[in-house]
Amino acid sequence: MFKINQKKVNDKQAMLQDISPEHREFLRKVRLRKTIILFTQLLILVLFFVTWEVAGDLKLIDSFITSQPSRMVKTLINLYNEGTLFYHIGITCLETVIGFTIGTVFGVIISIILWWSSFLAKVIEPYLVVLNSLPKIALGPVFIVWIGAGPASIIVMALTVSLVVTILEVLNGFLSVDQEKIKLVKTFGANKFQILTKVVLPASFPTMISSLKINVGLSWVGVIVGEFLVSKGGLGYLIVYGGQVFQLDLVMASVLVLAVAAALMYQGVVYLEKLLVRDNSQK
Amino acid sequence: MGYIVELRNIGMIYHSLNGEINALENINLSVEEGEFVSIVGPSGCGKSTLLSLISGLLKPTFGSVLINGKEVNGTSNEVGYMLQKDHLFDWRTIYENVILGLEITGILNSRTKEKVLKLLDTYGLYEFKDKYPGQLSGGMRQRAALIRTLATDPKILLLDEAFSALDYQTRLAVNEDIYSIIKKENKTAILVTHDIAESISMADRVVVLTKRPGTIKNIHEIKLTCQKRTPLCSREAPEFRHYFNQIWKELDVHV
Repeated sequence: MFKINQKKVNDKQAMLQDISPEHREFLRKVRLRKTIILFTQLLILVLFFVTWEVAGDLKLIDSFITSQPSRMVKTLINLYNEGTLFYHIGITCLETVIGFTIGTVFGVIISIILWWSSFLAKVIEPYLVVLNSLPKIALGPVFIVWIGAGPASIIVMALTVSLVVTILEVLNGFLSVDQEKIKLVKTFGANKFQILTKVVLPASFPTMISSLKINVGLSWVGVIVGEFLVSKGGLGYLIVYGGQVFQLDLVMASVLVLAVAAALMYQGVVYLEKLLVRDNSQK
Repeated sequence: MGYIVELRNIGMIYHSLNGEINALENINLSVEEGEFVSIVGPSGCGKSTLLSLISGLLKPTFGSVLINGKEVNGTSNEVGYMLQKDHLFDWRTIYENVILGLEITGILNSRTKEKVLKLLDTYGLYEFKDKYPGQLSGGMRQRAALIRTLATDPKILLLDEAFSALDYQTRLAVNEDIYSIIKKENKTAILVTHDIAESISMADRVVVLTKRPGTIKNIHEIKLTCQKRTPLCSREAPEFRHYFNQIWKELDVHV
């Protein structure tokens, strides 16, 4: 291991020495551009919050309605001191993770069944299309009645939102696997199960991971709506509660936390994708 | 002596909603062991169908296919199939790709593993066995695909336009490469191609098919004056041009 690393370092040094001034100039420009973009992005963020804060202080906006960054921070600190901040974040994140994991797993399993039986797939197609266009949130009250007003309903909500999309996406991935690759394993006498495990599943692995990425976003929608409807904890609950008691500080602070949590979770899945999907395809 | 492959009065009809397509008609062909036969024909004449029939992937509508005197019923280890592209799986290393057929046929054991490693070694891929296909050149990939086919130790190799995805220079080199491997391993080979020069350069016999429904128009015994028969040397033989012109005329291509 160390040897390889050492070799890499040596290669890099050798490369740097080999580089022509023109190429060095080119690399410098690329790096500069990257830095400027990052700087501008951060600047926008800072300006946004500073303007918000100052506008509130100067009474240009009514910070009772719009809240204010400093008041949001205060709210968060209060929540933290009460010991409930991470409780709420934890509940919501957990529900989301469970929702999209189950959604993805079930979605893939159902896709495998539909791939196996093209008859079943054809029969079920119109129902899938209708279910796909139905806003799943409309089923919220049904789940509450059936499952009860608790986290279980919220998780079911989240998984319902992502399930149908997963099935359509993954099944489509399965069906678009190169027929010639399937022919190849057939020439070795592969049965259907072998075609599935040796070709279809590994070839569709990137599709499954990318549907995981979509599902993360969808599950957040499901979870927040679920929490709006039933919960006694979580970021969705804080948002709804804050709205009801007219505490916009709480609402805004929760939305901010939600944005950060959702972004982090998405990045987590992207990182997972990088770990799992090796890019060996050199066209 | 007995033939290793025999096609008896083969006919093939495909059914689709637009009607039926008569792909092949009345094909009779016998191939001797160790022989290299090329099949050329206009596109859509059922060349590839013929290979699918010999491999047992398809069943003929009429007639029968015999391998070593036994009627073909489904795929068997006797026949190895090489497709147009190498179709090495990106998610497997070269070694894992090469043992694919052994895995599927359930004969992956220490003996066959050793044989595969030996093949990789003989044909210069041993040091690449843990690399992924994307890291190999087109010619090496094709060689890996051939080893994958040879791993299950088939007696007969079916090459379905197996070189047409390569660029011309690579293709000439791979022709040479694959030809020498096939001869060295003493396999019977049937090559389907649309490239007349390629068909003559590699084959002992060239079978010319007609337009759909494909029937055998002519069979040419290729006799070339070469010191040692290789595809490149064949292309330099004085008779080469003569065969080329004759087959070209028989294919009767109109644009």
